[in-house]
Amino acid sequence: MRIKTSIIFLSIIFVIIFFIFYKGLQNPNIYTPSVNIKKNIPSFEAKIFGTNNTISSKEIFKENKFYLMNVWASWCVPCQEEHVFLINLSKEENLKIIGLNYKDNIKKAQIFLNERKNPYEIIISDPNGIIAIEWGAYGVPETFLISNKKVIKKIIGPLNRNSALEIERLIQ
Amino acid sequence: MKLYKYLIIIFIIFNFNLPNAQSEKLQSKITKNLRCLICQGQSVYDSDSEFANSVKVLVEKKINNGESEKQIYGYLEDKYGEWILYDPEFKKNTYFLWLLPILMFFIGGAIIFRLFNIKKN
Repeated sequence: MRIKTSIIFLSIIFVIIFFIFYKGLQNPNIYTPSVNIKKNIPSFEAKIFGTNNTISSKEIFKENKFYLMNVWASWCVPCQEEHVFLINLSKEENLKIIGLNYKDNIKKAQIFLNERKNPYEIIISDPNGIIAIEWGAYGVPETFLISNKKVIKKIIGPLNRNSALEIERLIQ
Repeated sequence: MKLYKYLIIIFIIFNFNLPNAQSEKLQSKITKNLRCLICQGQSVYDSDSEFANSVKVLVEKKINNGESEKQIYGYLEDKYGEWILYDPEFKKNTYFLWLLPILMFFIGGAIIFRLFNIKKN
């Protein structure tokens, strides 16, 4: 009788453990950040790129338009790829593109913009990456679509054809 | 008398570092408990990635502003989610995580106790 109960007990434990591990096997163990959270934009003050003047987030996002906040740097190769899409998006009427120059050398960044076109209305500089953390960014490039002072879409990594189309669709 | 003066001066110089050293200690304690989100299996303290370096600067700044450890964790948790903390908080969906080892301990103890009792009898 004792042996029987212990066998039943053991097999139940085995089934439970098997079930937990089997379930765990299916979960991807790579961390995937959530990209569709509606969060208020942070308030911060930053230097305008290439000048000594500071600007506050309230001034930047004051209009009732869509804003695209793009984290970029001249040393970042994927940023060069996504630049085409940013320039296309900058032609949209109700979208303003803000650049966040991330840990960059100002001269090199200026050369980067001169060689290509400048899609940004305002560029703020972030020499030590603190403003990017304020936004919850992971690195460069990263793009935030903002409406009504709320982040409505977050794109981690370079923009591509699909994400650019989605942004166009969202701002209509 | 002169010796005393020198000793006092040396003492003062050595103490200059003290508050700084303590804030550094707190900084490394905090950054050791933060996960570097873009690295694999590294804490912010161990990593030298751009992200980790920015977080280190931010933590240092916040400590200098007089923010407590909890406030800093709260801030980063708000930005990046609970995943950034190595030491998850004790709340509803982590009860199991925290209580399981204790539970195992008691069950194991009970089994050992029973075995001993059986042997005695």
